[in-house]
Amino acid sequence: MTLNLLLTQVLNGVQFGILLFLMAAGLTLVFGIMSFINLAHGSLYMLGAYFAAVAYGWTGSFWLAMAAAFFGLFALGALADALGLSILHRRDHLDQVLATFGIVLFCNELVRVVWGNAPLFMDAPPLLADSIEVLGLNYPAYRFAIIGAGLVVALGLYLLIERTRIGMLIRAGASNRSMVSALGVNIGWINRFVFALGAALAGLAGAMVGPILSIQPGMGEPILILTLVVIVIGGIGSIRGAFLGALVVGVVDTLGRVLMPSLLNQLFSPSVANAAGPAMASIGVYLLMIIVLAFKPDGLFPVRQR
Amino acid sequence: MTSMKNIRTWLAGLVVLAFLLVPVYVAITQDTYALTLFGRILVFALAALGLNLALGFGGMVSLGHAMYIGFGAYTVAILSTLGVHSGWVHLLVAMGVTAVVAVPLGWVALRTQGIAFIMITLAFAQLFYFVFVSLRNFGGDDGMTLEQASNFGPLTGNPYALYLATAACVIGAAYLISRIVTSRFGLVLRATKVSERRVNAVGTSSLSYRLMAYVISAELCSLAGYFLVNLTGFVSPAYMAWTVSGELIVMVLLGGLGTVFGPIVGAASLLLVEEGLKAYTEHWPLILGPAIVLMVVFLKRGLWGLLSDKTESVTTPGGH
Repeated sequence: MTLNLLLTQVLNGVQFGILLFLMAAGLTLVFGIMSFINLAHGSLYMLGAYFAAVAYGWTGSFWLAMAAAFFGLFALGALADALGLSILHRRDHLDQVLATFGIVLFCNELVRVVWGNAPLFMDAPPLLADSIEVLGLNYPAYRFAIIGAGLVVALGLYLLIERTRIGMLIRAGASNRSMVSALGVNIGWINRFVFALGAALAGLAGAMVGPILSIQPGMGEPILILTLVVIVIGGIGSIRGAFLGALVVGVVDTLGRVLMPSLLNQLFSPSVANAAGPAMASIGVYLLMIIVLAFKPDGLFPVRQR
Repeated sequence: MTSMKNIRTWLAGLVVLAFLLVPVYVAITQDTYALTLFGRILVFALAALGLNLALGFGGMVSLGHAMYIGFGAYTVAILSTLGVHSGWVHLLVAMGVTAVVAVPLGWVALRTQGIAFIMITLAFAQLFYFVFVSLRNFGGDDGMTLEQASNFGPLTGNPYALYLATAACVIGAAYLISRIVTSRFGLVLRATKVSERRVNAVGTSSLSYRLMAYVISAELCSLAGYFLVNLTGFVSPAYMAWTVSGELIVMVLLGGLGTVFGPIVGAASLLLVEEGLKAYTEHWPLILGPAIVLMVVFLKRGLWGLLSDKTESVTTPGGH
């Protein structure tokens, strides 16, 4: 294991963590303000990827594809909320889980019907197609761009929530919904905006993985479950927790896959290591989650309860 | 009030009778597919009964109970590859493994509440899903065929015996649960669902009660897995996919949350509807998905719950 390889894997982990953050930010905000758990968040990610692939096919422009995914999913999120998803806000978590589970089944099959089972692919834009050399290390420019874009989004979200009037209303709505409503603010519109924004970020995440992963039905589930791990570790409802949790989970997951097998090789006989290596590699983040929760049941950055 | 209760008793009897008539029908018509289909329904009824103890009576929204089906199924398949064929040993090891896993996992998960509990149970299930995907020696992603069915002497591999044994366990489990929920233990468990804080405040440690209910419900799911692998002769990580956990919750809710008999009705309804839709179109989730949403919105009390009186209606597990 050379230092270069290790550094590359750390960068991969950060890049994956950034994608997880884009997912987790929307999910944790929606939960924080509306107490709504949305399992269909992974489907929004998948739809974002497909929207981008379709727009890319039509226009050939990567940037238009990104915009299509972001704004398409923003509109879709607002529409879904207006069409009745908001009924679920007042239901208990069990109902929310089940109803959104039904939506996941529907979306996966819909995508299969419309675009087929075969995976779609996208190319990175020419500007970002090459590698960049940093500290004697060749790393794909596109992955750097994902990291950069994610950091910009994180900063933007921070400014939006901490420094703007609408952000103030979002925070107020999260801590006391009925009071905000009594003060003459339409909390329904705030909810709709937050939900649509979360959907747009999930769509953007889906669109950004287009050039590095294949776009196929069911692609949203693995990342949805890791996103849930992220927000549980970070503390549900906390953006800061989502950001740090996402980076930790991204790095632990990526490094676990690389380091665990070689670590086991040194500790055990090759036959044991070969049998147990892959199993151990994929469970690193779950072990991390168990450890965090055993000591801090509310996550690392718990949000003060109402 | 008594009339509703009478209707329910009669209907439950009819449902049980219908299940018991299936082997007779199959023996006459040789339609063995019916035996497999209804065997599967019984297996999932057993798992849903187990989940309902935690979910319906204890208010623990577990989105990971398919994991325990997987444990039961894999125990049998792995022991069988290792040359252990005795059905009783299979059963004991499956129960033991499940207890060893469910106690610590339940303890960690029950430290959290509401939404975090949902996600943790889901994450645990994914953890073991990936463990079994990576076990290349035991089939990995593709799963493995069961070398030899659990050995019960002359009954080994007899589909009728398997069906009747599953049916007996379903009836036994329903009886057990009806006794549990009316016992002192069940009273405390149902109280924790309404308000865990008040239960603790009157000097009862809610954690041990909830953990016990969680473990019993895991054991019933594991038992279902034990029957499932013997029924299909095959096991794969797909048995413990998170969608299976989702379907288990659908069964419980469709039947009637917190009713003793509801999960059996829910499992039968969901699997028969799925079967019908599959015969109709390969894109059946397009219909099933929205149907689940409609069920959640409009069929709050479940099919079996519709037959219960308002006064004895169940309180829903809250997110608080």
